Amino acid sequence: MSTPNIPMEKIVEKKPYFKYLRLNKMPTIWCPGCGIGQAFRATCMALDELGIPNDKVAMVSGIGCSSRTPGYFDGFTLHTTHGRAPTFATGLKLARPELTTIVFTGDGDALAIGGNHFIHAARRNIDITVVLINNWIYGMTGGQVSPTTPTGSYATTTPYGNYEPQFDVAKLAIAAGATYVARGTAYHAMELKKLIMDGIKHKGFSLIEVLSPCTIVYGRKNRMSIEEMYFWFKENTIPVKAWEKLPEEKRAGKIPRGVLYHDDSRPEYTELYWQKVKELSGGEK
Amino acid sequence: MAKLELKYGNHACAEAAIIAGCRFYAGYPITPSSEIAEKMAELLPKHGGVFIQMEDEIAAMGAVVGGSFAGLKSMTATSGPGFSLKQENLGYAFMVEAPCVIVNVQRGGPSTGLPTQPGQQEIMQSLWGTHGDKLIPVFYPGNVQEIMEETIRAFNWAERLRTPVVLLLDEVLGHMRETVDMAQFTPDKVEIWNRKMPDVPPEEYLPYKPGEDDVPAIAPYGTPGYRGHATGLHHDYTGFPTTDPEMCQELIDRLIRKVKNRQPELEKNEEYKLDDAEIAIVTFGTTARAAKTAVDLAREKGIKAGLLRVITIWPSPEETLNKLAKSVKAILVPELNMGQYVFEVERCARGEAPVYRLNRANGKIIYPHEILAKIEEIAKGGK
Repeated sequence: MSTPNIPMEKIVEKKPYFKYLRLNKMPTIWCPGCGIGQAFRATCMALDELGIPNDKVAMVSGIGCSSRTPGYFDGFTLHTTHGRAPTFATGLKLARPELTTIVFTGDGDALAIGGNHFIHAARRNIDITVVLINNWIYGMTGGQVSPTTPTGSYATTTPYGNYEPQFDVAKLAIAAGATYVARGTAYHAMELKKLIMDGIKHKGFSLIEVLSPCTIVYGRKNRMSIEEMYFWFKENTIPVKAWEKLPEEKRAGKIPRGVLYHDDSRPEYTELYWQKVKELSGGEK
Repeated sequence: MAKLELKYGNHACAEAAIIAGCRFYAGYPITPSSEIAEKMAELLPKHGGVFIQMEDEIAAMGAVVGGSFAGLKSMTATSGPGFSLKQENLGYAFMVEAPCVIVNVQRGGPSTGLPTQPGQQEIMQSLWGTHGDKLIPVFYPGNVQEIMEETIRAFNWAERLRTPVVLLLDEVLGHMRETVDMAQFTPDKVEIWNRKMPDVPPEEYLPYKPGEDDVPAIAPYGTPGYRGHATGLHHDYTGFPTTDPEMCQELIDRLIRKVKNRQPELEKNEEYKLDDAEIAIVTFGTTARAAKTAVDLAREKGIKAGLLRVITIWPSPEETLNKLAKSVKAILVPELNMGQYVFEVERCARGEAPVYRLNRANGKIIYPHEILAKIEEIAKGGK
């Protein structure tokens, strides 16, 4: 950090969301220009605005660049195995329903090796907020193709271009039963904070997909600079309201952002479970 | 006064888990262990605990670690193929020191193998199945009463040492009905151990700083002020990743030492007619039941046979096995696999006595007369 001589209280006074940071564990492992920091900041700001104290937040992750986030978050944090974060989070949330439970994950972690866990957590509608950093690539292992790598792009394991189609994360989550699904980008930072805030507030399974540039690995393989990648998000994503008004032929190549799906009518899993326990045991724990 | 009840092996395991204080179960259906999950699904909500059937075996093991970190005594049960799938998160549980119990009702393998028939083929996998080094307690009861005792003992040691503990059963034991004296399991008779809690104020709290017993006092997640981090990466006292060679070696040394140093307390065997034995049988679980009868049959024929039934499989009773080898003329290790624990017996015997094997992996149990025939062969000087 660039603020070695300023006491923590002074920083928190100006930037209250700093209270969620483990500053003594920084600098982070993330590369310059990476968008994970934006998503992390948005999450901390969202928690701060919602007034949720550190002692009431659990953050769980799997493996990958985005999964290193919990290490820098001053709450109850679990950095688990590749793709399995939703399973640990499910156990933790069921046993401690009072904890706001956030899963930080990436496209490879959540959609390839952890695809099954992701869809089943969504199906149960358990009150977990998943922040999925979608950077189109396996960053930590050095740039291999992922389930969201755009068709035609290059990765270290697609040296002749990717010929597989992309997963649409949001559609997958909606089909699986998620009750809050939103998409933001690392470029639209304040909008992202609002999306994550609403996801945390929502009682049920929430997914916030964060389109985020992997400037060092994806950018290098596809000859895109940091600026080009951020501008790509600016140019190619549009608010969902505007997107809905577009005629079909003008939607091609454009990605809608904002709240894509929100359903408050479905019961939440842990509430259902503990209600049943109450009936059967008289509330003994 | 005895309170006798006829109990099904897998149900006994579930009931004992509740007595031991288990309040979290995550599982996935698999033969021949499913009745443990079914019983827990019935019992846990009534006892204010969590039951969840997960989407796969890997998920079940992950959820168990989540439940354990939340402070609940946690458990899962599975069988062969499921045990293989659980290895990844079992290794994680070992690394982050999440107390939990994993029951493996062994069936015939490899692969899908013989789902409805017994095997003892995960003797080695229970210790070495994960990547990386590991030492965890592994218990293997031999009858339904003992399934209850060993389930409780598994939870107690899991909590005391903050480690996963594997409880091995086999299809015969899991699906067997036997009389159990429930009077032995009333609250005044059963000793229950719980994990230790931090005794320092929050500002001095280091989740992975071990106590003198090599066990850290990690606060359950959600305990105000005692926030912490856990990772499957090598980590320092704060729980944060490190690649410092000294810290990394210290961590792995400690994880193994905390179990190894307790070997004398963990050791549990049944000795049967070993005092004057010339031929000793070393085995466990269902095969030990046949071995006991074989010992009696051999003695009727004038052969001084005896049985060491190992209940704590790992860490192995190294010294006991060595002493045994010094006191007998030969050792026979019958097991429902192609030869696994026999390697450990040979290692511990250190050449003091020849070690013979009797193996099978076709789903059939080893019968007393087959063990007897082998004993007779050994007694005659053949093999």
